[in-house]
Amino acid sequence: MSATPVALPASEAQWVLPPRAKVGMLSLILAESAIFSIFVVAYIFYIGKSLSGPTPREVLEVPILNTICLLSSSITIHLAVSALRKGRTGAFTGWWLATIALGLKFIVGTGQEWHHLIYHAGLTIRTNLFGTTYYSLVGLHGFHVIVGLVMLSIVLAFALARKVKEEHSERLDALSLYWHFVDAVWVVVFTVVYIMGR
Amino acid sequence: MASDSIPIAGAIPLPHEAGKPWLETVHEWVITVDHKKLGIMYIVYALIFLVIAGIEATLIRIQLAVPQNHFVSPQTFNVLFTMHGTTMIFFVAMPILFGFANYLVPLMIGARDMAFPRLNAFSFWMTAFGGLLLYFSFIGAEGLYGAGSAPNVGWWAYAPLTSPTFSRGHSTDFWTIALLVSGFGSIGFAVNTVATILSMRCPGMKLGKMPLLVWMNLVMAGLVLVAVSPLTAAQAMLMVDRYLGGHFFDTQAGGSAVIWMHFFWIFGHPEVYVLILPCFAFISEVVPVFSRKAIFGYPVMVAATVGIGFVSLGVWAHHIFTIGMPSWGNAFFVITSMTVGVPTGIKIFNWLGTMWGGKIRYATPMLFCIAFLAQFLLAGLTGVMMASAPFDWQLGNSYFVVAHFHYVIVGGIIFALFAAFYYWFPKMTGRMLSEALGKWHFWTFLIGFHLTFDVMHIPGLLGMPRRIYTYEPGRGWDTLNLIITIGVFFQIAGVLIFVFNMIQSYFRGELAGDDPWDAWTLEWATTSPPPDYNFVTVPTVKSRRPLWDIKHPEDPDWKYE
Repeated sequence: MSATPVALPASEAQWVLPPRAKVGMLSLILAESAIFSIFVVAYIFYIGKSLSGPTPREVLEVPILNTICLLSSSITIHLAVSALRKGRTGAFTGWWLATIALGLKFIVGTGQEWHHLIYHAGLTIRTNLFGTTYYSLVGLHGFHVIVGLVMLSIVLAFALARKVKEEHSERLDALSLYWHFVDAVWVVVFTVVYIMGR
Repeated sequence: MASDSIPIAGAIPLPHEAGKPWLETVHEWVITVDHKKLGIMYIVYALIFLVIAGIEATLIRIQLAVPQNHFVSPQTFNVLFTMHGTTMIFFVAMPILFGFANYLVPLMIGARDMAFPRLNAFSFWMTAFGGLLLYFSFIGAEGLYGAGSAPNVGWWAYAPLTSPTFSRGHSTDFWTIALLVSGFGSIGFAVNTVATILSMRCPGMKLGKMPLLVWMNLVMAGLVLVAVSPLTAAQAMLMVDRYLGGHFFDTQAGGSAVIWMHFFWIFGHPEVYVLILPCFAFISEVVPVFSRKAIFGYPVMVAATVGIGFVSLGVWAHHIFTIGMPSWGNAFFVITSMTVGVPTGIKIFNWLGTMWGGKIRYATPMLFCIAFLAQFLLAGLTGVMMASAPFDWQLGNSYFVVAHFHYVIVGGIIFALFAAFYYWFPKMTGRMLSEALGKWHFWTFLIGFHLTFDVMHIPGLLGMPRRIYTYEPGRGWDTLNLIITIGVFFQIAGVLIFVFNMIQSYFRGELAGDDPWDAWTLEWATTSPPPDYNFVTVPTVKSRRPLWDIKHPEDPDWKYE
């Protein structure tokens, strides 16, 4: 066998495949979408089926400021990665910090909302079907925001140590896909919980 | 010259393995991120669970061999069928197929490893610990019953049986967490496989030039992403119910037991295709090589695979016709379920078309493939019967259903897996499996399979329900059940011959060489077993059968494709 190499005209020059980080992240996003779909379907299925109060209309307030913060963090992370791609690491760190700040504002806001619901409105995960589905769906999303914030903070630590360079922009592009996904899911959660379900 | 040719490995000698301390070898396997070692670990791990779940099946069949039997207690019987089903699906079939995909996909696309080797190791260990967690329940979980404390709610764990009220202790929690953990492993594997296939192909291997095995595993991985995730979500909901006092499936608080059925089968039916697509992949590689013809209808095979993937996402409720649905719901799921038969039928025709006029070699892998074709066709035919809602109302939850899906899983999946073992064992170990023992294995297992699962349809038609602990004599089921149980022992004999064959051939089998079957895909271009880096230089391909091009430079495939 070892004496049979055969010349085959090669065209390696134009052989370009999609970056694996991006493909991997998109696959993960597909799987996550399926998980969220199931929770959203359960939420919609149980709207108005609780046997006891409190109802969403009585206790839920529409978190407009929170939503604006989270959605604008998609813009800041996009600006951060674009800046890095052009080699402007200072601008990158600034926009990255802004993204983390907006994400933190969102998660603190959710915490305050939950505190109000638990201690003032008397709604826990055990209270009724609304409580079960609400805390599960919003909590699942909040968990993803926290995971995203942890990943963003790790990158920030590297950025502050001046270790993030232009050549890392492809990896951070994959990470920003995750953050965009978390924002997109919030649009669905917001629509279902605060508009349809209220 | 060297850079634009398909490299032949073996130029660099392997490091000498002998004389290495035992502990160092174990350490090397535990920390490995090599796709070939992980693939073999998946397979060996699944084979161990195959034996365990096989013993459970045997105990079930001994209990049902004669009427009014008390070989095991009713409580133990519930544990046995729950653990048998859960183990076979999640800790035998999935890991063994993931193992083959892990081993073969990078080799077949001319890559040196998976896209994310550490994620690969992580996924394997998640799956492995999931299985250990499930079996730890035998000693670790406090159940309500005295007889063992392993899960006993059936492999689909319908609500409200899984609620804290009806399932005391922690047996159901072990079941949930084990599946949750192994589910993360499956998702990690699927992410890795998709990224590997889309981003790691060697130069020249366009999507239309990939071996069918790679295509089918791509669709399988896509299905894992969208179908196993719903199970993960449903398990998370069940955990919320059991640990945090939630009401998702709590009928007392307005929750719905039916929605669990839907969530479970949204996972459960595509899961069947997650298992069968890699088996189609094995058949699509073995049949051409042993018929000495290129696969018939390659583009149609790819289209049929993708078609099966899509349609399989919309058929789940045919598992729950008997709970009652509006007539449009019944009609929808009858039509979609029957539609799956079309692309599957196309595949069967294409395999037959490949064999037609070929110079067929009746070696053991091919024997298992031929049996697969006949048996999978029959399993598909009972599937079309079950897909019809009125027929299902009559026979749902009977032994007819049990016979149908075991015909798919044993007659289809297990036979294809045996073909894969005989075909790729030489690549993985460097030694051939014994042909003589292989034929013994084939015939004993074939006889056992048909004794058990052909006969099993009949008590189902006569009204024997599934999951019953025992039955009264004189209903016409007695002899049939005895024959079914006798068939099991033939199958055990077949599996024992197979295990003996593997162990003996591993140490003393005939040396295989690089390409014992005169095959055409890239894994046969490297040594057996392949070196850590797979290929000395990354190959370049021009057709679907790169090795044919090398062996027949006067008549290469790429002139015709």
